[in-house]
Amino acid sequence: MLSSSILPRRVWLLLGYAFAAAALFSAPLYLNDFRLNLLAKCLAFAIVALGLDLLWGYTGILSLGHGVFFGLGAYAMAMHLKLVSSGSRMPDFMDWMGLTKLPWFWEPFKSFAFAAFMGIVIPAGLALVLGFFTFRNRIRGVYFTILTQALVIITVTLFVGQQAYTGGTNGLTGFTKMFGYSLKSGTAKTMVYLATVVVLILAFLLCRYLVKSRFGKVLRAIRDGENRTRFLGYDPSSYQMTAFAVSAGLAGIAGMLFVLHVGIISPTMMAIVPSIEMVLLVAIGGRGTLVGAVIGAVIMTQAKSELSASYPDFWLFFLGALFIVVTVFLPGGIVGLVRQLRQTIIRRRSVNEINLNPVVPESNGVI
Amino acid sequence: MKKGSGLKGFVLALTASLVLAGCGSNNNEAGSSTSSSAPASSAAASSPAASGGTVKVGILHSLSGTMSISEVTVKNSELMAIKEINAKGGVLGKQIEAVVEDGASDWPTFAEKARKLLSEDKVATVFGGWTSSSRKAMLPVFEELNGLLWYPVQYEGLESSPNIFYTGATTNQQIIPSVDFLLEKGKKKVFLLGSDYVFPRTANKIIKAQLAAKGGETVAEEYTPLGHTDYTTIIAKIKEAKPDVVYNTLNGDSNVAFFKQLKDAGISSADLMTISVSVAEEEVKGIGPEYLTGHLVAWDYYQTTDTPENKVFVENFKKEYGADSVTSDPMEAGYVAVYLWAAAAEKAGSFEVDKVREAAKGIEFNAPEGKVTIDGENQHIYKTVRIGEIKADGQIVELWNSGGPVKPDPYLKTYDWAKGLSDQ
Repeated sequence: MLSSSILPRRVWLLLGYAFAAAALFSAPLYLNDFRLNLLAKCLAFAIVALGLDLLWGYTGILSLGHGVFFGLGAYAMAMHLKLVSSGSRMPDFMDWMGLTKLPWFWEPFKSFAFAAFMGIVIPAGLALVLGFFTFRNRIRGVYFTILTQALVIITVTLFVGQQAYTGGTNGLTGFTKMFGYSLKSGTAKTMVYLATVVVLILAFLLCRYLVKSRFGKVLRAIRDGENRTRFLGYDPSSYQMTAFAVSAGLAGIAGMLFVLHVGIISPTMMAIVPSIEMVLLVAIGGRGTLVGAVIGAVIMTQAKSELSASYPDFWLFFLGALFIVVTVFLPGGIVGLVRQLRQTIIRRRSVNEINLNPVVPESNGVI
Repeated sequence: MKKGSGLKGFVLALTASLVLAGCGSNNNEAGSSTSSSAPASSAAASSPAASGGTVKVGILHSLSGTMSISEVTVKNSELMAIKEINAKGGVLGKQIEAVVEDGASDWPTFAEKARKLLSEDKVATVFGGWTSSSRKAMLPVFEELNGLLWYPVQYEGLESSPNIFYTGATTNQQIIPSVDFLLEKGKKKVFLLGSDYVFPRTANKIIKAQLAAKGGETVAEEYTPLGHTDYTTIIAKIKEAKPDVVYNTLNGDSNVAFFKQLKDAGISSADLMTISVSVAEEEVKGIGPEYLTGHLVAWDYYQTTDTPENKVFVENFKKEYGADSVTSDPMEAGYVAVYLWAAAAEKAGSFEVDKVREAAKGIEFNAPEGKVTIDGENQHIYKTVRIGEIKADGQIVELWNSGGPVKPDPYLKTYDWAKGLSDQ
């Protein structure tokens, strides 16, 4: 059926990806400093959104605590940058807080490789531990989501409270150097941006590979019927733990890139509101589709910046209205909307050609 | 499956082109404006910020989130100063156009918006920030892009960036004189209470060193998290420690809870004196003057400060923002910042950052708080210190002042007892 459109679709797909990749790689040529920085930030959020989509859209587990994993990655990178920028001296805030020598756990962060490694391993490891105690005990749905919110509160309180070791509410900032090069130069910025594009593409390919593989099929089976999957002989908890850890690891990577672009990380970025906003990126783009996650992240981060610049006093109302409209009228997000439109067009074009695969929203009511 | 992929490709292409279209048009604008200003700059002293009959300046405060209550009032007074200057003909013959941005009480957003103002709007200068955290987030951006920030709030000192002018008090223009005042009044046993972040921690470090050097005594030092609202334990500790005075560096909502619970515990200002450095007229209105009557505050300006300039300032402010609005120290410092920048630009004959910075050295201005002068060395300003007492009508009446503007000393180099506090 619809044999005529198979080729155009393939072409569309390839053209779409090629165009998007070309546009991203050439962005430094035509974007100004602020726009490039904003786009880089969007792409970092797109990486978190990919991980969240893997967890929520494909496995049916809603985490409202990804700000923590994002933040842990960001702090790992920020600790390295802070040490490198302070030269041989102790970071300034430790001095104000009365520390006389660098805490032992800061020492290894002098190495970039160690910091980058920890930026992935700490979030993924924490997710694995949390997943072990929850999924093994068959804690799921709303209860799991509440636990992730608790994790947010605990982490933020800890980071704010341990001011001497974490910089408290100020967070970590004032980074100047990386690998001995000044972070302020245009070249450094372009390199960091291009690195982000490459990481995003790799993350996208990884997620795509995962969801297309047998592993991804089991994830969807768990989402649609956890008990049924268990009776088929699979152990859902190990799949859930893996998905959670991969998702947290991606959030950690995104956090590391975020620090490089924005130049500051503070506990507010890990708090409840940013954690929920990350989920909204996926909801708005269209969950259960990887492209939807990326599109949601890019559009929402841009929209937030544009709206707040154009209407500094009212932008939050617009943003709120947008969220309500999307959740009420577009349950499938932007990708879902396009699908619906396309469906209507096809129906009109060939009334006789009955589509045997009506589009079913991929949401299954898991909240 | 295939159908889905085709669709995704379509959506992807569509989004990419949309994003590009948006960015592209922005870029064209920027491109055309720079190209048109290039010949102009050779003809007359001008910068990208000034095109046509206007010059753009940025205003970057939290208009949403927890800090908005305080910061919106500073934004208002800055906009009022701009309006006044425009009515008198503007700066260098150009009308000032304010680009207002929302920092949203979120430090990374401050950094992002600062970058936007400097590299996209190409503003000549920015007035903004309140918390030290927001200033520290913006500082690297201003240094990197060589922008100019006017920061209007009292802070913990130990900072001096060539890209920032500090129009609020540093520690030797607020905290140190207030401790001297307390010691002079015989209040030697001091209980330190603060919110747990960089300003109270640093302030208390200085106070402890000062008390130790001058025969005072720190009886206790307590911190509560930002937003903390249960002070019964702290009040019990205060009762037990029996201090002569509580030195209060709490911030935001915590002050409401602390002063209400203090009154509920039957402690009035007659029983126990407190002195606050983050409670001004606006906060008094929020907490309720009945809880604060008789308590002390330390600032450089009050609504009641008796200068001809202040009469006009208060009158204009009430005309602009309603008869029940109040003016406070940070609002006045924001207002002064706009005038100081305008004066520096006039003197420089240019809006270029390097020229304005150079011209700003030694500029004097008759502010509502009295005469202020920019210290060219550390880019802070000379300010008169004032200790005040809160009255039942919510106004603050001056008890003591320093007699004249005090030279700013952010690193406390002129104080022997402060050696070792600022070496970093």
